[in-house]
Amino acid sequence: MKDFDRLIMTDLSKSYGDLHVLKDFNLTVDRGEFVTLLGPSGCGKSTALNCISGLLRINDGRIQIDDEILDDGRHIFVSPEKRGFGIIFQNYALFPHMTVYNNIAFGLSVSHQPKDEIKKRVEEAIRMVHLEGQEQKFPGQLSGGQQQRVAIARSVVIEPRLLLLDEPLSNLDTKLRIEMRYELKQIHKRLKRASVYVTHDQSEALALSDKIVIMKIGKIQQIGTPKEVYLHPANRFVADFMGYKNIWKAKISEITESEGQRQIVLESKGFKFISRSTIADNIQGDTAVINAAKRGEEVLVAIRPDDISLGATAVNTLEAIVEVTEYLGTANQISARFTDDTLMQARVTPSHRISVNERVSFHIDPQKIVVIPEDEEEA
Amino acid sequence: MDRRKGWSAETIGFLFPAVVFLLAVFIYPFIYAVQLSLTDSEGAFTLGNYVKFFTDLVELKTVWITLKISLPVTILSIVLAIPIAYFMRRGIKHEKLVTFLMMLPMTLGVVLIAEGMITYFGRNGWVMLLLEQLGLVADRSSLIHNYFGVAASLFIQTFPMGLIILIGYTSGIHSSLEMAATMLGATSAQTFWRVMFPLMMPGILIAFALNFTSAFSVFTSAIMLGQPTSQTRVMAYAAYVHAYEYFDYNFCSTICILMIIVQLIIIGFVFAFRNRLYKGASAVGKG
Repeated sequence: MKDFDRLIMTDLSKSYGDLHVLKDFNLTVDRGEFVTLLGPSGCGKSTALNCISGLLRINDGRIQIDDEILDDGRHIFVSPEKRGFGIIFQNYALFPHMTVYNNIAFGLSVSHQPKDEIKKRVEEAIRMVHLEGQEQKFPGQLSGGQQQRVAIARSVVIEPRLLLLDEPLSNLDTKLRIEMRYELKQIHKRLKRASVYVTHDQSEALALSDKIVIMKIGKIQQIGTPKEVYLHPANRFVADFMGYKNIWKAKISEITESEGQRQIVLESKGFKFISRSTIADNIQGDTAVINAAKRGEEVLVAIRPDDISLGATAVNTLEAIVEVTEYLGTANQISARFTDDTLMQARVTPSHRISVNERVSFHIDPQKIVVIPEDEEEA
Repeated sequence: MDRRKGWSAETIGFLFPAVVFLLAVFIYPFIYAVQLSLTDSEGAFTLGNYVKFFTDLVELKTVWITLKISLPVTILSIVLAIPIAYFMRRGIKHEKLVTFLMMLPMTLGVVLIAEGMITYFGRNGWVMLLLEQLGLVADRSSLIHNYFGVAASLFIQTFPMGLIILIGYTSGIHSSLEMAATMLGATSAQTFWRVMFPLMMPGILIAFALNFTSAFSVFTSAIMLGQPTSQTRVMAYAAYVHAYEYFDYNFCSTICILMIIVQLIIIGFVFAFRNRLYKGASAVGKG
């Protein structure tokens, strides 16, 4: 099917009775783009995917591809089999009574393609997913990874104009998941077709996506490139999801901006912090932070465990009493308690010897302290 | 778990009650019946009972009569159950009530159904009177005490069983298979015939086999709602007559053994047909 320039979703909403599973959902997917919907279970990411596929109807809003409206929540509805999209399910959904060959050929054969054409394209797809020699086996005779490959081949062989992937890797073991992740990326590069990918795994999202959409209970929290959402989370929820395990309330005492750099001086837990960042226009959280500072309201500082190091330095030094240390091989995971009884998570190089109940100094690079607004609903 | 092959003392011990039960109530009576069918009243070996069955047109005709009643009833009950089971595969509103109502005929018992049908469908029953008023029937004697009466009551008895087996099968087919077919561009008809129907097939065959064997051994309905001496002289009735009116247990056993053989032949045909169909379906599109 012919390619498109833009898939546009405007103000989508979907609810079951009083339960809003999707609300004010606005998103565009450009030609060839790999977009990931990321969030914990129940955040509405799969619902959004099913609305795009047409397996679910929206209650309100509009889904369109360029000028063609697919669903307007009222009169217009293009049924899923006519949308020309491919989908890969978490459980693969292979037809158990068909061979690998017939599974892959299914989409072509229901649209009455000539037999030679089917054969040619199915063989090509089988080569692409490295399943040569497995054509006459049934899905039950294949391993999980092989079944996944069949599912991929089956959905790309029909040359969908959009590929939808619903947690396709979550049934695989860690090693295979990383291998398949790499292969999915290769396939996406080769096909050059837009994809919408749903996952709850942030590392998958970061590795695969051009654009990440982070969702929580039916609402989009942040849209950005992997780097943007990783380095500049828009609110507490996104920060927490992106692995900022230390999120503390803080009060801004000073903001200075010069030569494209912004420096924020804050106070938290009785310590003084300095956060330095490059000023960028498209960072969602920044405006909210600056507005909060003007009103004298509290903000949050977010710090990853990996960005906390041992020892005191000139700035950003803090002290806490070590409660637990865990040896993780590449690092020591430390839980330390502040005087206000809250805990800090740090991951430091394992060469340091630290004993429990010891009072220890830590420091944090000013570039690694992220300031986010206190109230995530405002973001 | 310990998965030793071979027969340990425990295995034999656990199997013992089941084996005794099978031997006592199934194997022994079966062998006894086979032996009876192959002997005369003096106990001497003979093939005479079988010769008699196949040469006496009245007896031979019972095979045809029984098949003529049981096969169409079975086929109709399954053909009707397939779309209903398909429709109910994701559950429906008030499913428990609907299932209960459908199961009710199974709990009523054959005699009660027959009594009811005699009352409602009989010469002065309200169904008959209604049909007459509507001008749909010429006289008031066509619904019971004939082929239709027996077939209708058999349908009422067997349909729920087949339907319940099929609902179990269809609801066990994961909904993502249908979604996958749809997303691959299949119309709902293509999805049904190429994905759902083949996956329902094992259930269809089991339902067919159960409904057929239960319809083939029809006895009570054939007497109460049919004409057991002529139009609905089914095999089970013939066996009964020979056993309890002529006291010829040997010939009765012969009829019973032949009933088993006919049923096995029909079920064998159905499964052979399925195997051909199944291989055919999975060969589509092979280069």
